[in-house]
Amino acid sequence: MYNCKDIVSRLSEAVDAALKRVDCDVLGMLKAAYDDENNERAKWALAQIIENDEVAERTDSYPCQDTGVAMLMVTVGQDATFDGSLADALEEGVRLGYKDGRKSIAHPLTRINTRDNTPPVIYYDVVPGDGLTVKFLAKGAGSENMGGVRMLTPSKGKRGIIDAAVNIVKEAGANPCPPILLGVGVGGTMDKAALLSKTALLRKCGESSPDPEVAELEKEILSEVNALGIGAQGLGGKHTALACAVEIAPTHIGMLPVAVTVQCHSVRHAEVKFDER
Amino acid sequence: MNVKPMTNETDVTTLEAGDAVSFSGTIYTARDAAHKRMTEAAAENKPLPFDVRGAAIYYAGPTPTRTGEVIGSCGPTTSARMDDYTPTMLGLGLKVMIGKGKRSDDVIASMIKNKAVYLIAVGGAAALIKSRITACEDVAYPDLGCEAVRKLTVKDLPLLVAIDSHGNSIL
Repeated sequence: MYNCKDIVSRLSEAVDAALKRVDCDVLGMLKAAYDDENNERAKWALAQIIENDEVAERTDSYPCQDTGVAMLMVTVGQDATFDGSLADALEEGVRLGYKDGRKSIAHPLTRINTRDNTPPVIYYDVVPGDGLTVKFLAKGAGSENMGGVRMLTPSKGKRGIIDAAVNIVKEAGANPCPPILLGVGVGGTMDKAALLSKTALLRKCGESSPDPEVAELEKEILSEVNALGIGAQGLGGKHTALACAVEIAPTHIGMLPVAVTVQCHSVRHAEVKFDER
Repeated sequence: MNVKPMTNETDVTTLEAGDAVSFSGTIYTARDAAHKRMTEAAAENKPLPFDVRGAAIYYAGPTPTRTGEVIGSCGPTTSARMDDYTPTMLGLGLKVMIGKGKRSDDVIASMIKNKAVYLIAVGGAAALIKSRITACEDVAYPDLGCEAVRKLTVKDLPLLVAIDSHGNSIL
């Protein structure tokens, strides 16, 4: 049986730590981009981003003031049991994890702030066994606002998928704090594609899909996006995106949904595997 | 890059798109909700929480201030969300805007008319920018939390002139 207090305490610690650290793989990609970049203004921005992430780590500060909306991707075994409400424990874990973070969640109509950064956005995946894993992603507004879904017709094919992703990045321009990372979901339904675009971002940053055809699509999207010349902070240059991850799912014979989630360079995420007590 | 010093006294019409500047002086934080309130107040001829004439506004909402520190992490937010309110603010005498990302054609037209400048800070450089803020004073709308208006004193804030007062843009 899982102890809900344990879930609260371990999740809150993981959230608090994740918010104060940019993914180390992304930091490596930023340094490689700086070395490779020729555009003077883009280098000005990349140098500050790299310095920022190092200052944040050294001073235990948040690298970005937008500590985001908390997204939780929960994988729970169908045989798992709990000594209380799992949903309540997850929400409390987020509440405590954001104790020092910015409270950015508001009612969509009145815009009144909930003042504790809850509720999180939670997705559950039920699998065989009795395990419990929670993946956390802090999603800032600047980049999240720039994502989109395109319901293509099947005739548009691979070219249509690439064009959809490239156009979304082009329209976003400097707004989502490039260099960005792209999560692309292809297939399913409108909402399934959107969810896939998020799970794509939970893959180890920079890692290709194990499916060679998908890996090829990732490469092509990344190459065409970088050919746009938007560059770091929209100042020009070669590095608009650092990585692109694509996830696919079967879809209807009459559909080709494509969703793109734009992730800024301030990638903050965590994964917690819980043990039964 | 050649970096020019900039203060609140700098004649903004001398700045050109693409100039890198190091800003030292006073800026006011205001983002979505504060802009809504300020422009509503202006529409009703009510006083604004600070003198906008000649002022610099920074589109930012910091993380909470920790004990013993001046302010939390404080990077720029997306300026485009302020575009609907900006011509009103420029009409009131606002001279300097600091944020990130593009601005609308209406904003650029109003900047030319009112001789104002738009600078960008690096989005996601909130910890670095925090280290350049030497003082922070609450000014208005504390109920808005991170969106409250604050008066910041900054030293050597690294900025880039994105759109100058003649309407030239590097974005």
